[in-house]
Amino acid sequence: MSSGLATEMEFHVLAVDDSIIDRKLIERLLKTSSYQVTVVESGVKALEFLGLVDDENTNSNCISNNRSTHHVEVNLIITDYSMPSVTGYDLLRKIKESAMLKDIPVVIMSSENIPSRINNCLEHGAKEFFLKPVQQSDVNKLRPHLMRGKCRTQNQQNIINKRKPLEECLSPDRTTRFNDLALVQ
Amino acid sequence: MEVDQLQRSFLEYTNSLFREGFLDGQFGQLQLLQDESNPEFVFEVVSLFFEDSERILNDLTLALDQQNVDFKKIDAHVHQFKGSSSSIGAQRVRNACIAFRNFCEGQNVEACRRCLQQVKQEYLLVKTKLEALLRLEQQILAAGGVIPMLDS
Repeated sequence: MSSGLATEMEFHVLAVDDSIIDRKLIERLLKTSSYQVTVVESGVKALEFLGLVDDENTNSNCISNNRSTHHVEVNLIITDYSMPSVTGYDLLRKIKESAMLKDIPVVIMSSENIPSRINNCLEHGAKEFFLKPVQQSDVNKLRPHLMRGKCRTQNQQNIINKRKPLEECLSPDRTTRFNDLALVQ
Repeated sequence: MEVDQLQRSFLEYTNSLFREGFLDGQFGQLQLLQDESNPEFVFEVVSLFFEDSERILNDLTLALDQQNVDFKKIDAHVHQFKGSSSSIGAQRVRNACIAFRNFCEGQNVEACRRCLQQVKQEYLLVKTKLEALLRLEQQILAAGGVIPMLDS
C-alpha cells in the first residue's frame, strides 16, 4: 500500500452495545487498531446517529429533520445482537434497506452461540459474527471490510473526477470482490 | 517493599486466581489492552463491573421479593450479569449465572433465591480478589515499576 494513501485511511467505526462494560471494551479494542470510534448505547441512538429515524409510519429511508449527524461518515457498524427495543438484527435490516447506508459493512456481536441466529444475520448482509467476549483477533478481521469500502468510494470518486484508478490501495495478494464497480486491473 | 518483590507477588497472586478458576483468559486480554496511553484501563473496566454488578444484584433481589415473581425479567438480569462477568473474565461468577438461568426455567422461587445467594457469594469473592490485585498494581506503580505481563 502506498504511503500516501495510508495517511488518508482514517476509518470511523460506530459501535452499538447496551452493556457499559462491553462498550468500554469494544471502544478500547477499536482504538488499538487506530480507528475513530463512536459508541452508542442502543439501536435507537444508532439510528439517530446514522440519520435514520425509527418511525413506523414512514419507510426506513426517512431522514430526520435534524440532518447534522448524518453527514458524519461511518465506515463500519459493529453492534450487539441482544438489545432492548431495536435489536442488532433490526439495526442490520434497517441499514441494508437504506439506499444511503446499505453499503456500510455491519458486524454483529453476541454472547450466545446460536447457529440459526448467526446464519440469519449473515444471510441478511452481516459481514462477520463475533462471539463475545470479543477479542483483538476478531477486531483484526474488520480491516479488509473497511479497506474494500474505502476503495470503492475512492474509485467512484476517481471515475467522477476522471483520475487514475487506485489499484494500489489493495495489496497485490488480496482478492477483491466488488459488488458494483470492477477495479481496473 | 522493593519493586521486583511487588511484581513477583503480583504475578503469583494473578496466577493463583487463574489456577483457582476465579479469573479466566479474558482477564489476561484486559491486561493486554492496558498500556502507557491507557494506564488505568483494567481499573476502569473493573470499576464499571463492580457498579454494574451491584445494580443487577439489587434488581435481582427486588425481583425475587415480589408477590408475583417475573421469571422472564430475572432471566434477563442474569443474562446481563453472565455477559458482563464473561467480559472481564470472572469465570466463577459467569458459571454461577449459567446455573441460575437453568433454575429460572424451572420457575421455582426458592431455588432461584438460592442461586442468587450463590451468585452474590461468587461476586463478593472475586470483588475482594480483584481489589487486592488492583492494590498490588498501584503499589508497583507507586514504587516506580511497571506492571508485569501475565502468563497467557
